Amino acid sequence: MIDFHLRKALHTAAGPRQLDVALALAPGELVALSGPSGAGKTTLLRLLAGLSKPDGGFLKFDGQTWYDHQRRQWLPPQRRPLGFVFQDYALFPNMTVRQNLAFAAEGQPEARRIVDELLELLELTELAARRPAVLSGGQQQRVALARALARRPRLLLLDEPLSALDLPTRLRLQDALAAVHRQFQLTTILISHDPAEIARLADRVVELDLGEVRRVGPPVAPAAPATVVGRVLAVLPGGRLRVQLPGGAVVEVSGAAGIGEEIALAVVCL
Amino acid sequence: MNLPPDYWQTLRLTLALASCTTALLLLLGLPLAYVLAHGRSRLKPLLEAVVSLPLVLPPTVIGFYLLLAFSDSTAVGRFLINQLGLSLNFTFGGILAGSLVYSLPFMVQPLQAGFGQVPRALSEAAYTLGKSRLTTLWRVLLPNMKPALLSGAVLTFAHTLGEFGVVLMIGGSLPGRTRVASIAIYDEVQSLRYAQANAYALTLLAVAFVILVALYWFTKKDAARLS
Repeated sequence: MIDFHLRKALHTAAGPRQLDVALALAPGELVALSGPSGAGKTTLLRLLAGLSKPDGGFLKFDGQTWYDHQRRQWLPPQRRPLGFVFQDYALFPNMTVRQNLAFAAEGQPEARRIVDELLELLELTELAARRPAVLSGGQQQRVALARALARRPRLLLLDEPLSALDLPTRLRLQDALAAVHRQFQLTTILISHDPAEIARLADRVVELDLGEVRRVGPPVAPAAPATVVGRVLAVLPGGRLRVQLPGGAVVEVSGAAGIGEEIALAVVCL
Repeated sequence: MNLPPDYWQTLRLTLALASCTTALLLLLGLPLAYVLAHGRSRLKPLLEAVVSLPLVLPPTVIGFYLLLAFSDSTAVGRFLINQLGLSLNFTFGGILAGSLVYSLPFMVQPLQAGFGQVPRALSEAAYTLGKSRLTTLWRVLLPNMKPALLSGAVLTFAHTLGEFGVVLMIGGSLPGRTRVASIAIYDEVQSLRYAQANAYALTLLAVAFVILVALYWFTKKDAARLS
């Protein structure tokens, strides 16, 4: 159970603003944070982790006070049992995959078994002896997630963990995240811009804008792709077609069809 | 080539001075560079200026003030001599202290740049994994700034080898105690013994060249390993 009300000055492109967010999460809940850039999402995550100090408010986790402005209490990040996955992964370049995890698991009983299990769970066993620099983005992301879990945290904070990855990798990692969440039942806060990802993983979504909560509620599933029927005007070189849409607009798509044929086009909002 | 009679003694003293200076400055320079790289104090520019002063001051100026500071004609000197029993002028300890001041920026500046180049997210990641600042420094920061450590150490060593003015002011030229190679060269030339001067000069040239080649070679290798 995490319960907080945090305030912090924000420096946005639109000038100075105040981040002011109050929220409570049930144990094991997965909440997605979304909103335009500059809304304060990353700042909020850093405040929760103790990487930045709030200007005011309070933060409690499982009855323990992590921050209380009035009582001048502040728990440094080292003493908060949490896992943080950074947007740019922040893997230690001087350590192999296994060493990255082992460093995180140090000081726990059965650290070695924890590391082995996480390598297995996130399909990293084959890569255990490699250094981060030679891994692909998706692989690095799996290492970052495994490392964040190696300390056996009770709260998992994920800063846009999948945004830099291509779609197939992202889908695979969403599966991994869902599996991790099922297995460890961690209270999780995930920053994401992808409605499909949010709908798939999150119990609730919190939309932030200019430092304030705009909406809290169940995730909205993105609409199924609509289709339109267009008529092929011309076949272009390189497997491209020029197609006229019902409104009269002309678009170019990839595909194979003859001139004058009617074809169905799927419309995807990006 | 005819080696000067004090050749090995002088060389040993020179290398001892450079090694001690490098080792001590690594210990002193690390915390100083850490503070300069991460500190947000308003006094930081002041501290940076003090650290960089030896770069722009004539070595004789540093030597002159240290000579005063170590002599019993000043309060500082009297404190050193009477309270701590440190009589530093014309001793190895004195030229070592002078070298520490003189070579300080050559250690601190590469280390400060090295700390600045390690992404902040790496330290933050270590903190969220429960690691103290000291553990983070030792296991995360330092291993990822090896080129900076190496260039700080190598530049300090090489720069101390070439030190002249400070040592001359504080240490004079006492064979086996304060007469380092650069001063020996000056003495030999004064006495018109060019062959002997050349023996020292050539040695310094060779050592400096080998050290720099090694530095650039290691830096390149390390960059290739981490990227």
